[in-house]
Amino acid sequence: MWMIETPAFISFFIGALIAAFTRGFLRNALMIIIPIVSALHLWTLPEGIHLQFTFLNYQLIPYRVDKLSLMFGYVFHIASLIAIIYSLHVKDTIQQVSAMLYAGSALGAVFAGDLLSLFVFWELLAFTSVFLIWARRTQRSYTAGMHYLIIQVLSGVILLVGTLFYAAENNTLAFGYIGLDSIAGWLIFIAFGIKCAFPIAHNWLTEAYPEATVTGTVFLSAFTTKVAVYSLARAYPGTELLVYIGAVMTCFPIFFAVIENDLRRVLAYSLINQVGFMVVGIGIGTALAINGAVSHAFNDVIFKGLLFMSMGAVLQMTGRINGSNLGGLYKTMPKTTILCIIGAASISAFPLFSGFVSKSMVMSAALAQGYDWVWLMLLFASAGVFHHAGIKIPYFAFFAHDSGIQASDPPKNMLFAMAIAAGLCIAIGIYPAALYSLLPYDTGYNPYDATHVLAQTQLLFFSALAFVWLNLKGMYPPELRSTNLDFDWIYRRAMPLMFKNIFSFIWKIDGKVRNKIKESLSYSFTYLAGKNNKLSSMLSRNHPSGSMAMWVAVVLGVYLLLSFIK
Amino acid sequence: MKDDKKHLFDDPKNIKYVLHILYVCCAILFILDFVIHRHVIHSWESLWGFYPIYGFVGCVILVLVATWMRKFLMRTEDYYDK
Repeated sequence: MWMIETPAFISFFIGALIAAFTRGFLRNALMIIIPIVSALHLWTLPEGIHLQFTFLNYQLIPYRVDKLSLMFGYVFHIASLIAIIYSLHVKDTIQQVSAMLYAGSALGAVFAGDLLSLFVFWELLAFTSVFLIWARRTQRSYTAGMHYLIIQVLSGVILLVGTLFYAAENNTLAFGYIGLDSIAGWLIFIAFGIKCAFPIAHNWLTEAYPEATVTGTVFLSAFTTKVAVYSLARAYPGTELLVYIGAVMTCFPIFFAVIENDLRRVLAYSLINQVGFMVVGIGIGTALAINGAVSHAFNDVIFKGLLFMSMGAVLQMTGRINGSNLGGLYKTMPKTTILCIIGAASISAFPLFSGFVSKSMVMSAALAQGYDWVWLMLLFASAGVFHHAGIKIPYFAFFAHDSGIQASDPPKNMLFAMAIAAGLCIAIGIYPAALYSLLPYDTGYNPYDATHVLAQTQLLFFSALAFVWLNLKGMYPPELRSTNLDFDWIYRRAMPLMFKNIFSFIWKIDGKVRNKIKESLSYSFTYLAGKNNKLSSMLSRNHPSGSMAMWVAVVLGVYLLLSFIK
Repeated sequence: MKDDKKHLFDDPKNIKYVLHILYVCCAILFILDFVIHRHVIHSWESLWGFYPIYGFVGCVILVLVATWMRKFLMRTEDYYDK
């Protein structure tokens, strides 16, 4: 049936076309209808391969549906619907079109059954999303977008090279378990790692996301990293290296988050921290751990979206996003405050909120598999995420000192989108069975046993106590207008400076060498000319080129004349 | 337009009130450790007050280390724009 064979990304690409040529109410209505219809279609879709063809002796499978890809497919539909509603008031066609293309590319990537299709969507993700950053139309967003694009395309190129190696080694392009046993395996791993914001490859995220438009960041936070998480879960489950990479990812960003002033950048760091939990889960690789990673990705898209939306609302209504300039907004933006707190409670994994029912699976799996130190790191990161995302974000934006800003709650469409996300956060937290039924494995896991609830609540309440204590003692670092150096300093400062110096040195040497050669050449010319003068022949000296040209013309003229005579 | 309305946390008494609730909750949670029978996987978990102390100490260390990091990581806001 043609309906089944139409991949999910097609409807979004058509949506992009519609967005480009329609305006106003019609565009808004169609943009909302598309993810809903596409999601309903996906819901009815049986698992299996729905589209394949042969290309240069290789089997290409642009549309493969199984439990793993379906989970991401569902949440991408939810995320795009929420983000579309959130951005209904935006009149900027570039943003509407690129957002639709971007969401479509993400869906294309998770349903790609072969590496070549994956590569195509991998690159499309980069090219379509960068316009959401550039659409801010500031010098900073332009630079950040450039860095973002270069790094994303680099990841794609590495993926392509890895794919070619893989095809040569295995004589197939099928996208399944790959592992780290070959060059191809490592190349593809690195490509996924860059998009997944592995440590030292993470700065494209923290640089670009906070510079994107208010609505663009909401789209960005949902797709790129989650596509990478999906790809890792597909190709590298049980790869032990991922456990350690993930553990580092959960811990180091929280330090930066604590001292960061731009609240959307705080969220970008906390996004890496959350992805870290997923990466650990994939690395452990047991059924429980994979379930944990996938369900945490599902929940993270929603609660991180909610947090980015609430901070976007603050930016939109006040024009500011730095913690040092904000505060006291609970008075004028009460609805946003409540919605933000729900997102904060979810990301902090409070019992009865969505983060709790998924993150705990990864933690339990780490303990069960004997990763004691990793478990301690995850526990530290859990306390830390509450500290910076759970408390810092709402506290500095909506409470703290009164900044005296006269703002109001954002437009209705933005509030409605946030309300949907908040509703999902609570619904999944209260009734996790619905989420669990969609997971790849059936593990019979129950997050709500007394031990676990008590442990998590204790951890969080005493983290809050630490925040209060540090604040009362005046030891909490104040929000300062500043830039904090991170690994991006290497390519934003050190490398340009190094190249500048190297090239100025090369130009200097080059200039000297040229002058030397010029001097010796002109010397030898005068020397030769002197010698030549003595031997000067009639041809070279006494017949200037002008007269030569004239004589040639005369000869040709005569020739022409003769041809007429004949 | 001046907003003269008194808001919830304009009154320091209310802030104190919230803090006291937090203190009481923390105390209850700590005591619950001795009351509820917990089935633990790791031996550290069975230590009394493991989670509360780990959470508190972890956060204090986090903040102190992050503050110290400012010493060598912090630059002016327009550092990269120059």
